[in-house]
Amino acid sequence: MPAESASTERADMNTVSTTPLVRKLIAAQPFWVTVAVIIMCAVMSWLEPDSFPTKDNFFNITRNFAYIGIMALGMMAVIITGGIDLSVGSVMGLCGIVCGLVLQAGYPWWLAVLAGLGAGALCGIVNGVLVAFVGLPSFVVTLGMLAAARSFAVVLSENKMIYDFGPDSDIFTAIGGGEIYGLSNMIWLLLLMTVVFGFVFRFTVWGRHLYATGGNEAAARLAGVPVNRVKLQAYIVCAMTSAIAAIMVVGWQGSAINALGTGYELRVIASTVIGGANLMGGEGGAFAAFIGATLIEVIRNSLLMAGIDSNWQGAFVGAFIVLAVLLERIRGSRTD
Amino acid sequence: MGFDREGRESVAVLELRAISKHFGAIEALSNVDFALECGEIVGLMGDNGAGKSTLVKIMAGNFRPSGGELLLEGRPVHFHKPVDARTAGIEVVYQDLALCNNLTASANVFLAREQTRGFWPFRILDDRAMNERARELFAELKSETRPADTVRVMSGGQRQAVAIARTHLSKARIVLMDEPTAAISVRQVAEVLDLLRRLREQGMAVVLISHRMPDVFGVADRIVVLRRGHKVADKPIKDSSPEEVTGLITGAIRAA
Repeated sequence: MPAESASTERADMNTVSTTPLVRKLIAAQPFWVTVAVIIMCAVMSWLEPDSFPTKDNFFNITRNFAYIGIMALGMMAVIITGGIDLSVGSVMGLCGIVCGLVLQAGYPWWLAVLAGLGAGALCGIVNGVLVAFVGLPSFVVTLGMLAAARSFAVVLSENKMIYDFGPDSDIFTAIGGGEIYGLSNMIWLLLLMTVVFGFVFRFTVWGRHLYATGGNEAAARLAGVPVNRVKLQAYIVCAMTSAIAAIMVVGWQGSAINALGTGYELRVIASTVIGGANLMGGEGGAFAAFIGATLIEVIRNSLLMAGIDSNWQGAFVGAFIVLAVLLERIRGSRTD
Repeated sequence: MGFDREGRESVAVLELRAISKHFGAIEALSNVDFALECGEIVGLMGDNGAGKSTLVKIMAGNFRPSGGELLLEGRPVHFHKPVDARTAGIEVVYQDLALCNNLTASANVFLAREQTRGFWPFRILDDRAMNERARELFAELKSETRPADTVRVMSGGQRQAVAIARTHLSKARIVLMDEPTAAISVRQVAEVLDLLRRLREQGMAVVLISHRMPDVFGVADRIVVLRRGHKVADKPIKDSSPEEVTGLITGAIRAA
């Protein structure tokens, strides 16, 4: 077996370099998820020509997965390092409430944005320090944060909905609820962030160190990669994407409720895993997060259109997570 | 009282003088002298618990000796942590190789020493330059490893080449190899032994820690045998024999 692969490798050496690229593409999970999205959209357009392929529906779908996609990008950074962040939904809820309270108190919109981001960063620092420097399992730490951040949100909001956004209400709601060229601001932000995250993951030293940490933490440490710092930063980035999502959604909905983001951790993690992230770490990318979030929303939308109870979405998402991990396991056992 | 190779007057690149190490009441090493010269491969042998890995860990800066001193090119040195040893030019290739399977060969060679181009915030990885340099390093080692291949798909021999190329990149003078042939096929063992010879040709000092008698006798210039924390032999390989070494390791022969 090793002799065979060695000889084929040698044969490849002289062939053009485009063939491995095509092969890489075909072997990549995001490629197949993209194909699935296209097929689903085509089928739905054929089945429901009056309601699915409309401008309104496109606007809705793209806005509905945009904030999940934004959070999935941050989650991707954590998952690449081999960790997981279960607290994203609660952190989103907390950041939303903080934003709402700052606006309600009459402060300007940018202060609300900064406060929301600050609250996110703080949660990320707590998660990151406990995981990277104290060495607790990310599952446990972020499960604790899931409970704690939600409880802070409830306490801070005094269990009331915040809808009086003060003098800067118009600006704040325009950020999250506005549209450019017929698409919501949120999807534009997601597209921009996907490009930025893709660049960082693929082309920067920090990105390389994320993958190295997830691939073999001990080896990365021995080589001199600042593993603890990289992990801490990943958790901060993740929590801050939750804060960004919170700012956008609170602006779009025109109100902040402390239940915002409940259960989103599942959809966010599912997006990354469906896109091709490996929960064991070391694999994934920005486009994977984007396309994973897209697929989940297209499925939900299609179920609605087909007249099926949309609560079936949970069953589909759950099945997809297990299936994606199962496929990964099968692929992994074949290469080892 | 370092070991002198006959006919040659050279300062040892690394010399250990009367090194002792005890963990509580347990004496892991006692009074071990050990010298290493450029362009030589020293086979370090001994049974489990004989003190091989303790000795290597002292040289690599993982442990500080309880007694004795280390001299690097005649000057005393103190390693407080592995980084100190590495900056002094001592690299360790670990038994489990310590590579990231999900990264390419060149990404592993350059891990934590990445080359970049451009300026912040567009300072990006210069993969082309790193692949090119990695290709040169593999060529020097006469290995068929390709820089852009992912380590996951590589053979054990190629992985060794990646791990050794790492030490090359840092311009190490001393390479400590911990059981490099323990977990690979026979064909790949030959490949790895060739890599070691390449290192010797380039003037590096190599310490080969191994259980495998044929490997040590196939490639080493000198053999050092430890038994229960004492050095029981330190002689040119041509003056020894596998039978003698086996006797020394087991204690059937007291010293040679």
